[in-house]
Amino acid sequence: MFSKGLRPLAVAAVVTTLAAFALVFFYAPLDADQGFVQKIFYVHVPMAIVALGGFVAAGIMAIKHLRTGDSSWDLRSYVAIHLSIILGTGVLITGAIWAKASWGHWWVWDEPVLVSFLIVFLLYCVYYPLRFSIEDPERQARYSSVFAIAAGAFVPINFTAVRLAEAVTHPRVLSQTGGSLPGEMRLTFLVCILAMTLLFVTLWKLELTAKRTSAQLKRLRSRLELRAQAAG
Amino acid sequence: MPALPLDEAGKYVAGAYTVFLALIVIYVAIIGAKIARIERQVSELLELTDEDAAERPGGERASVG
Repeated sequence: MFSKGLRPLAVAAVVTTLAAFALVFFYAPLDADQGFVQKIFYVHVPMAIVALGGFVAAGIMAIKHLRTGDSSWDLRSYVAIHLSIILGTGVLITGAIWAKASWGHWWVWDEPVLVSFLIVFLLYCVYYPLRFSIEDPERQARYSSVFAIAAGAFVPINFTAVRLAEAVTHPRVLSQTGGSLPGEMRLTFLVCILAMTLLFVTLWKLELTAKRTSAQLKRLRSRLELRAQAAG
Repeated sequence: MPALPLDEAGKYVAGAYTVFLALIVIYVAIIGAKIARIERQVSELLELTDEDAAERPGGERASVG
């Protein structure tokens, strides 16, 4: 039932995640400014990067769907958005925990990075009612793809706009100068991003396999019913 | 704000990592349940086709594996 390569991918994801956790807690030094609380950074930021990357990837898959008419690309795009929303939920919760620990507030409304991520998250929450309000499968796939492309294009635009904003309460990780992370922290951060990416791809393939198999089963069931009706 | 002491910071860090792990575990559990349901339905279909094949003259049972 499982797609080719899923098992080694899952093993790689688990091993890399365990390695990332080990690096976070036993290798990366404590932050001089924030202390132990800064460890949240290693789960919060990779989740945010992979979630935003997933939204952009979903947009690219949606372009493929509109260009080829192959509905499997729509399914891939849908699953990528679904997983990115789950990670996005994690980003908002872990971000609020980190904000409370380091700023004393669960949420800061005048910080562009936080608010812009919330806007992107809420934008993608609209995807579900849009998709499931359309009954015709072809129209559903087409409209969902158009949404995924428009919203996917909004993500990098939003990211750039936030970069140009002046408020700097929220730390900047990715910068033109390479950021200010020392060697051990940088290595740990990169391993965390790799682990999160592998986890995303593994779960994406897993859900895709489950959805495809479910659809095949439905087709098989209806064919058997038709055959039984014809025979009886 | 000054850095929190380890015992206080530990609660926040544990909370954040628990949220991450809980999301992954819940997600995998939901997909796992879905796959188990699919496997059950496949078995039901196989049983139906086996019964159907057995009722036909000279019918054979479908081999699995």
